Amino acid sequence: MPFLAEQSATPTTPSTSAEAPAAPPFESWGRYPRTTAELRPLHWQVDFPAVLAGDSNAAQHGALPVGLGRSYGDVCLLDGGTLLPTPAMGRLLAFDATTGLLTAEAGITLAQILDFAVPRGWFLPVSPGTKYVTLGGAIANDTHGKNHHVAGTFGCYVPQFELARSDGQRLLCSPTLNSEFYAATIGGMGLTGVITWASLQLRPIVSRLIDYQGIQFHGIDEFLDLTRQSDNVEYTVSWVDVTSTGKNFIRGIFMQGDHSPAPAPLTLSSKPKLTLPFEFPGFALNAATVSAFNTLFFHKQIRPRVTAVQDYEPFFYPLDALLHWNRMYGKRGLLQFQYAIPWEHAREGTIAVLQAVAKSGLASFLAVLKVFGDVPSPGMMSFPQPGVTLALDFPIKPEKSFALFDRLAAMTLEFGGRLYPAKDARMTAAQFQAFYPQWRSFARYKDPALNSSFWQRVTEGAAA
Amino acid sequence: MSAASHADEPRLPLRAAIPGEAPGTPRYPRRILVLGATSGIAEACCRLWAARGESLHLVARHPEKLAAMAADLSVRGASVTTTVADLDDTAGHAELLAHAVDALNGLDIAVLALGVLGDAPAAEVDFAAAAAMLHTNFLAPVSLLTWLAGYCAPRHAGTLAVLSSVAGDRGRKSNYVYGSSKAGLTAYTDGLRNRIDREGVRVLTIKPGPVRTAMTERMPGNAKFADPEAVAATLVKALDRGHGQGPDVIYVPGIWRIVMAVVRLIPESIFKKMNL
Repeated sequence: MPFLAEQSATPTTPSTSAEAPAAPPFESWGRYPRTTAELRPLHWQVDFPAVLAGDSNAAQHGALPVGLGRSYGDVCLLDGGTLLPTPAMGRLLAFDATTGLLTAEAGITLAQILDFAVPRGWFLPVSPGTKYVTLGGAIANDTHGKNHHVAGTFGCYVPQFELARSDGQRLLCSPTLNSEFYAATIGGMGLTGVITWASLQLRPIVSRLIDYQGIQFHGIDEFLDLTRQSDNVEYTVSWVDVTSTGKNFIRGIFMQGDHSPAPAPLTLSSKPKLTLPFEFPGFALNAATVSAFNTLFFHKQIRPRVTAVQDYEPFFYPLDALLHWNRMYGKRGLLQFQYAIPWEHAREGTIAVLQAVAKSGLASFLAVLKVFGDVPSPGMMSFPQPGVTLALDFPIKPEKSFALFDRLAAMTLEFGGRLYPAKDARMTAAQFQAFYPQWRSFARYKDPALNSSFWQRVTEGAAA
Repeated sequence: MSAASHADEPRLPLRAAIPGEAPGTPRYPRRILVLGATSGIAEACCRLWAARGESLHLVARHPEKLAAMAADLSVRGASVTTTVADLDDTAGHAELLAHAVDALNGLDIAVLALGVLGDAPAAEVDFAAAAAMLHTNFLAPVSLLTWLAGYCAPRHAGTLAVLSSVAGDRGRKSNYVYGSSKAGLTAYTDGLRNRIDREGVRVLTIKPGPVRTAMTERMPGNAKFADPEAVAATLVKALDRGHGQGPDVIYVPGIWRIVMAVVRLIPESIFKKMNL
């Protein structure tokens, strides 16, 4: 009788209904850092800023709109503050079946958009590596996908949205209306206000299928050659074995695909049934097991080149099939590291970073290498820039992984690159301010009632 | 698919007998009236109905919320009309319901989802707070059901689906004012069913356990509550059955039927000392 038992904890003496609820933990995907916060979910567009009225915690420690908490580090956290989860505010508001322009409340997830759009012959213009993110979150982090080299970021497909500010203003934002707030909010990490609704330009499809090709490569130059040959392919991404050195250094599989042009049934996706039910013990992912996994993954594809037809789900969201896969990293959680280094130093930078990783002996389970194109993002603080991007993730082992991280961040800066706030929990204020020198202009559009643990960390010591 | 498709049908009787069709077999799209439409459970039901292209008339107090919800359901395939009204105003019920039935061109299902959890500690000491809760949770539904029963019974058709609660099965110290409002509602629907089921009108009493919606947001432990989507799926399925074919009282999730049976069996001499 969980409900009845739970109720006994309620005080019987009369009190106001504003009594503090037991704060359920809100975790980022990396489960680090661990924070506490009050949760006040937004159910309706009119809930913000009304929800802040009488919330002394928010008044004192600030508030932050959050989606599903799929950012890895602390951009979606506010230690001690009030988080405003948006997924209950996820209604569709309009859909034009001839142009594919969809308007929805910001808490709708990309999975829900796909469930609506795919049977009608439409698809997301840009897909991040998981469909379990909200529309608002995808805008606030200006996410990118496997088609960045031809399509640019998510924000490129958001022609307009409404921004609710804590002073009660509601700003219709587009490239021409409130254009500064439009630019600041795309990639603005949820700090400029609450996005209540947004329009998204979908792209047409005639099939769920992806014409897929997987090609083995050995070394960075083979990777760059394959990239050049695939300029006209819509989706490209590479998995890299970062545990191997010597002749196998930077070996990997270059994966590319296009939406299949042959019409096929546009059925609804089935719901994932597998959940990782518990945390793995801390030792489960060690250098030996990860190295074995990497060797297996590389040789899973026996031939140097494989052509196949694949459903979009495993192609775009392979990890979504296992809900809560982050529990694999145990209690301490995981750290992601993702840089974008411009072309000028992309080759040497990638080699140097991967050498440092291999030498550290710290195993990265998932390493993803991709080329960013030159389609400009409308976002002021957007992460992608033309060049090479590398994403790694590591289990947290405080002394070892933090030291490696700090080294890699310093190297990224040396090579003229930058780190991705949505995947960061470690960069210093000095590094952030060097990666994003425009941060001071951005700070002008920040909503004074909103804040995040990330923003506190990277603006430390500076008048924001 | 639109409400207009019913326009040329005779108003009485609602369902012409189709040879070979079991009496009370539902027809699609159905005409569904949702009272208290912006409640979490009602909205989740409406999403499922919208995907099937049903005709919905939504009644709720807050115009902006109602507009957002109506837009969502239209995009998903329902034909939707709305009325903004405060259902506490029982004097306006007759006009409101007549208009709603008109907008739907008849009525197959009415869902009563109005209700407030209220402030239990305040209702213990402040009669005005208790009376307000009893009004919204009991008197207003009774007023609506009086009119709806009067509409459905002579037509020998329609389903009245009423959201009560497991809290009405036995009063306990943590929320007995809310519980008594739901106990009254349950007893009322039982009696109404006893009167008009034989007329061909189905009365369905729904007793959810705690559900994770805006209403229960500030309650401790709500992370373990049932999903409104799961509750809605059960409810919608129960409403797919016609008169005489489906259950009369459903507990959602079903485990609550057993839990509450046990709770009701505890002797009062022991129950009064428990912390529930």
